[in-house]
Amino acid sequence: MSAHIQAPISDQNLGHIASTDQAPLTRDGKPLKTSLAKALRRDKLRAFLLILPLLGFIIVSFVMPIGDMLFRSVENKIVEQILPGTVTALASWDSTKDELPSEFVFATLADDLMLAQELKRHTRLGNRINYDQPGISSVFRKTGRRIKRFDNTAAMDALSAMNSVWETPAAWSSLRSLPDFSSTFPATAQSLRNWTRYVASEEGDDVDATSLVPHGFTYSLLYHDLSKLDSGALQTLESSAADLFAGISAQLPTMTSENFRQQFEDVDDGWIDLANWQTIQRLSPPIVDSYFLASVDAERTALGVERKPTNERIYVLLFLRTIAISLIITISCILLGYPVAYLLATLSVRTSNMLLILVLLPFWTSLLVRTSAWKVLLQQQGVINDILVWVGLIDHAGRLVMINNMTGTIIAMTHILLPFMILPLYSVMKTISPTYMRAAKSMGASDSLAFWRIYFPNTVAGIGAGSILVFILSIGYYITPELVGGTTGVFISNRIAYHISSSLNWGLASALGAVLLVMVLALYWAYDRVVGIDKVKLG
Amino acid sequence: MRFEHVQKSYDGAVLVVKDLNLDIAPGEFVTMLGPSGSGKTTCLMMLAGFEPATHGEIFLNDKPINNVPPRKRGIGMVFQNYALFPHMSVAENLAFPLEIRKMGKAEREQKVKRALDMVELGAFGNRRPIQLSGGQQQRVAVARALVFDPDLVLMDEPLGALDKQLREQMQYEIKHIHESLGVSVVYVTHDQTEALTMSDRVAVFQDGVIQQLSPPDDLYESPQNSFVAQFIGENNKLSGVVTDINGQHCAMTLDDGTKVSAEAVNIGAVGSRATISLRPERIELSPDQSRENIVDGQVKEVLYLGDHLRIVMSVAGNDEFIVKLPNGGRHPSPVAGQNYSLGWSAVDAKALDPVD
Repeated sequence: MSAHIQAPISDQNLGHIASTDQAPLTRDGKPLKTSLAKALRRDKLRAFLLILPLLGFIIVSFVMPIGDMLFRSVENKIVEQILPGTVTALASWDSTKDELPSEFVFATLADDLMLAQELKRHTRLGNRINYDQPGISSVFRKTGRRIKRFDNTAAMDALSAMNSVWETPAAWSSLRSLPDFSSTFPATAQSLRNWTRYVASEEGDDVDATSLVPHGFTYSLLYHDLSKLDSGALQTLESSAADLFAGISAQLPTMTSENFRQQFEDVDDGWIDLANWQTIQRLSPPIVDSYFLASVDAERTALGVERKPTNERIYVLLFLRTIAISLIITISCILLGYPVAYLLATLSVRTSNMLLILVLLPFWTSLLVRTSAWKVLLQQQGVINDILVWVGLIDHAGRLVMINNMTGTIIAMTHILLPFMILPLYSVMKTISPTYMRAAKSMGASDSLAFWRIYFPNTVAGIGAGSILVFILSIGYYITPELVGGTTGVFISNRIAYHISSSLNWGLASALGAVLLVMVLALYWAYDRVVGIDKVKLG
Repeated sequence: MRFEHVQKSYDGAVLVVKDLNLDIAPGEFVTMLGPSGSGKTTCLMMLAGFEPATHGEIFLNDKPINNVPPRKRGIGMVFQNYALFPHMSVAENLAFPLEIRKMGKAEREQKVKRALDMVELGAFGNRRPIQLSGGQQQRVAVARALVFDPDLVLMDEPLGALDKQLREQMQYEIKHIHESLGVSVVYVTHDQTEALTMSDRVAVFQDGVIQQLSPPDDLYESPQNSFVAQFIGENNKLSGVVTDINGQHCAMTLDDGTKVSAEAVNIGAVGSRATISLRPERIELSPDQSRENIVDGQVKEVLYLGDHLRIVMSVAGNDEFIVKLPNGGRHPSPVAGQNYSLGWSAVDAKALDPVD
């Protein structure tokens, strides 16, 4: 083999190399593939460097923001961040049973809310939960105003009575330094973390939280943590941390803590509403599906996922309407654009160039101007109605309503998107040789038969390309439906825009956008399966 | 098939076809040959029905067809770029004209198979046209034009897109198909070899007029005018004045004073100018003194072409006088600058209309 390769290359040698089963080698014995890849690497690298600026731009300005927005549709760290203790305590609450969470949960809520109102975050949390549980935001606002006045000293007094060391910061330092502190007293540990941040916010960074005795909420949680320990663990504590807990086994049953639940109930009845607690528990995880459920008019209840009550369903209808109107627009564009494209492709170059300019003219006019022009034309006191009345087709009372409804959206958007149908159709028709039709006729086909059997099938690629363009553009259209759509002609994108800029429910906006995106991709996939995307020609 | 005084103008100012009269017998293979713009394709399109005749009448089987639309003429047609429908398979392409004729499925399939076998593409029925080579597409186009058994098939430069070797092969195939089916063929081309190889008769077009309508050999051997002589094959022109006419023969004095005799084909009276047409292979180098015409010439260039030598000479004022010398190996090659005497028979020299 190698002898052949070392020999001067002749036709015979090449033939020999080609006929062997082994991978072909270059003259210096390296595999041909490797050498080729090496030779091409430079070109590839240069090509990559050329597109690098665009790639960077797209990643920074397009992929990353969109990825971020899409992530917002499931992201839900806010509950865990603002109510860390409550989320942990609530995890063990069985929401299907018909009873409120335990006093312990209320204690953690009080502790968390104390910090939240200090950091002014409880209203944000209220707003977030309000998306899923309307009305709860006022409960949070009210409670935030009152939390500082909650009674919380009962546990502190009881512990201090047992051992006066609990009146000093030193008790808390030695408690922290217990070997199993975080696992034995989880709620207390969380409360101490809250306390540190509370002090930092209240007093500034120069005050060390460990030099102070924590507030009563922390004592309450320590009481609850102790109550959860069994007698064996308590006895171990008594011996291992005698300076803090001497006599705890005996004292604990006589101790009391504040009744936080009653205090919460006094502030607002919402706190004894089971549904509110179920929602808070459902929203505890950092990733939730509530936005997606909302975007398809569903919600998660104690019984599982259910459709919302009929009068609260809007998005599915809106999605269906968006698809239906987009389909109508696409079909209108095909019906109107096909003859125009045919004219463009068959007329003489001079005339067709002239026509092409007329087709492209709308592209050079502002979208707003075009849409506004339709308002002028279509409104009830507008040009078209005036002419119809003048001709006598309708009377004054019967002026047609063609704007601020679905008709307006369909008319204006068909006009705006028509070039996107005509241009691909035109470029495809341009490539269809007129001899096809002649051949068909010479074989005996009538004009219509030749058209449907020969011409039309060859334009399907153009119809496909135009339809994809028009449909995908229209399904996400915003400005025209906003201006001429009224209430019956608005699209899902208008609703998304509303949530982005007015209701500020970005999570729901993202979920709606993600659903829209998935829908478009699914339709694209279906199109690829049915028609074949390789058949699409744009020119 | 018959053209009677057919005229055609596209713009109302220029006649593209001037007074065309043509009669084609059943089973005949007639080629319309001419340079581009000579009106041959227009004639074909009028025959197919895609262009209306401005004046005159076209008859098919003795019926006027001017007002018959193309689809009712029943004429098979092969287009320049084949016009195979790209969205149909080869078999579907062939079945299309049969479907239109509402032929039953079984019969249709049988006919399609036979047509494909005829062009030796029996195994290619399920392919798309784009998956075939140029020559194969060409054959499919021919098969499609023939599959519905038309009386007349029109072919519009069907071999123009093929390379030389394939073109020659297809010429024979089309010729054989024509012979075996007995269908009439009107064939348009600008390639004279094609026309000569395949046709029963050739109509040479120039300026919208048929210059000559003859069998191929006549066209070459006895051109009726200087255009035909020039257009078909290679040709030497010698201009001069007619000095005497004697029946089939005439005497001429060439522009440099040389006296020659020639066959009188298309000349005016004594004293008028005329052009002698002389085929390069009919000229003898250093002939016997018995030859009717002996003229001196000087060799300017010798080209070696394998089977023959092509000698460019300066003869009687014509600096592009060409002599083809068969490569028989008997005589030494002429050398540029040498003088030779050339001889030819009077019957090989055709005196035709003057070219100036």
